[in-house]
Amino acid sequence: MIRSGGTSLALTALVLALAALLPLAGSPYWQSIGISIAMFAVLTTSWALFSGPTHYISLATAAFFGVGSYTTGMGIELLPYWCLPPIAGVLGAAMAALVGLATLRLSGVYFVIFTLGLAELVRQIIIWFQNFSGQKGLYVLTKITEAQIYWQLLGLAALVYLAGWAIGRSRLGFALRIIGDDEQVARHSGINTARAKVALFMISGAAAAVVGAILAPRYVYIEPATAFTPMLSFQVVIMALLGGTGRLWGPVVGVIPFTFLWEAISSSFPNQTTLLLGVCFLVIVYVLPRGFVGLIEAVRRRVAAREGVA
Amino acid sequence: MTGAPPTLSLRGATKRFGGLVAVNALDFDVAEHEVMGLIGPNGSGKSTTLNLISGALGCTAGTIALRGVPIHRLAPQDIARRGVARTFQLVRLLPSMSVLDNVRAGAVFGHRRRWGDDAEAQAMRMLELVGLGRRAQAPVGQLTYIDTKRVELARALAGDPKVLLLDEWLAGLNPTELQEGIALIRRLRDEGRTIVLVEHVMDAIRSLCDRCVVMSSGTKIAEGTPQQVLADPEVIRAYLGDDDA
Ligand SMILES: Nc1ncnc2c1ncn2[C@@H]1O[C@H](COP(=O)(O)OP(=O)(O)OP(=O)(O)O)[C@@H](O)[C@H]1O
Ligand SMILES: [Mg+2]
Repeated sequence: MIRSGGTSLALTALVLALAALLPLAGSPYWQSIGISIAMFAVLTTSWALFSGPTHYISLATAAFFGVGSYTTGMGIELLPYWCLPPIAGVLGAAMAALVGLATLRLSGVYFVIFTLGLAELVRQIIIWFQNFSGQKGLYVLTKITEAQIYWQLLGLAALVYLAGWAIGRSRLGFALRIIGDDEQVARHSGINTARAKVALFMISGAAAAVVGAILAPRYVYIEPATAFTPMLSFQVVIMALLGGTGRLWGPVVGVIPFTFLWEAISSSFPNQTTLLLGVCFLVIVYVLPRGFVGLIEAVRRRVAAREGVA
Repeated sequence: MTGAPPTLSLRGATKRFGGLVAVNALDFDVAEHEVMGLIGPNGSGKSTTLNLISGALGCTAGTIALRGVPIHRLAPQDIARRGVARTFQLVRLLPSMSVLDNVRAGAVFGHRRRWGDDAEAQAMRMLELVGLGRRAQAPVGQLTYIDTKRVELARALAGDPKVLLLDEWLAGLNPTELQEGIALIRRLRDEGRTIVLVEHVMDAIRSLCDRCVVMSSGTKIAEGTPQQVLADPEVIRAYLGDDDA
């Protein structure tokens, strides 16, 4: 299972370095697609770090993302921008720790529902506070350019891949694979399953919060309904499943085609996006239960088998 | 009896499932290097007793101590780390992993924790011990039934546990496999391991156990050497039913 680390690291670095050249093309359309892809690459990869091995489907992405957005929205008046994404990361990790400790002992179904409710809960709390202050939303006025947002997201993606690679080679990564196979065996082998799951959930929560913090300046005006939209959580799950969660590079394989598909859907059928999202989900689950990764590996195995016979 | 506490000691261990008392105020000790047989008819509470010791279930009442230190309130992972390892009556392997990785799980996270080459070498040693050295890279889905049992045993052994709990490890084997299985456990015994063995196979009990505890309906009805307990009229009655006594 432990793959030769050097080549995959070098390859990832190369791809990221090439991707970093995109703003030089000077096309606003491609810049915007690039931001979407980078954003979802981080969200899905960090999501899969936790959900891939544990099989716990988290719908909390929107909650972490929204908390990150609000960290920038509220902090920008008080602190220099550069310290806001790290603060958002800490807040996201802390929130994930609380949620994880409260729910990860429960079975998968309760976890899904709880995480879906979490975004709504945080959103309602913010709305409640806004009733006191009388504001509806926040203006996030900065001089940060689209290209800078994009580069920050690429930097974050590099961090997430590095973290995923390190975890895959660590005891923690091995523990999670065991938990994913049989939690009972994991516990009886001496693994603190709750701690391992919470640790990974914190990493994915922190990453999603940092993404929210980085993207807030792009939206200029943020309000609870957009910052905490549940659609985001579902998109992340769908893209990650489309790519496949069995490999670190799996989710991004789903992100790239889905981003283009989504672009087409939301420009052609702006009022049916939710419906079409649901349809995409069903199609993926039925046609590609293990995502592109599963497909690629099945093809590889077939080719290998044929060569073995010949 | 010297002053040192026994390796494992149960006092009044009790487990209730609603109205059913599956384990009723059970007392017994297991000394170091001892092989203790836990026997009794179906449904008498043997697996439940192992579940109490390994922490899979919490005790309703009573205490369980490992070398004098209470463990009955600990979570299974903490009990495992302190040196209690087990196999399951229905074999549980890690289906997505190779034989070696299954055993490595025990070596990495068990009582004595290892990592890297050290863990791999330990896992290989355990596979050699159970006679599976050559199948290390095989996926577990390809194994025969006895080999799945061997993998589970190797995984339990890989953390150098102080006590090994085997739940009907010999059940379901054919006569040839049974002889191999008994020989394997005898080898563990000769290595001086401390074992609690739940078993129905009388040959195995006679040849492997230093002492036996006999359970019936959750209660201990006899304790002693295999010869003593198997000759005990109450034990015979428990096994055969009242009519035959
Ligand atoms: N989780 C549970 N919930 C309710 N009742 C249980 C549970 N586990 C075991 N029991 C009951 O407790 C009693 C003892 O079961 P246990 O599995 O310990 O027996 P056993 O001696 O291992 O039997 P066998 O030889 O068939 O494996 C049985 O009546 C069983 O139905
Ligand atoms: Mg049993």
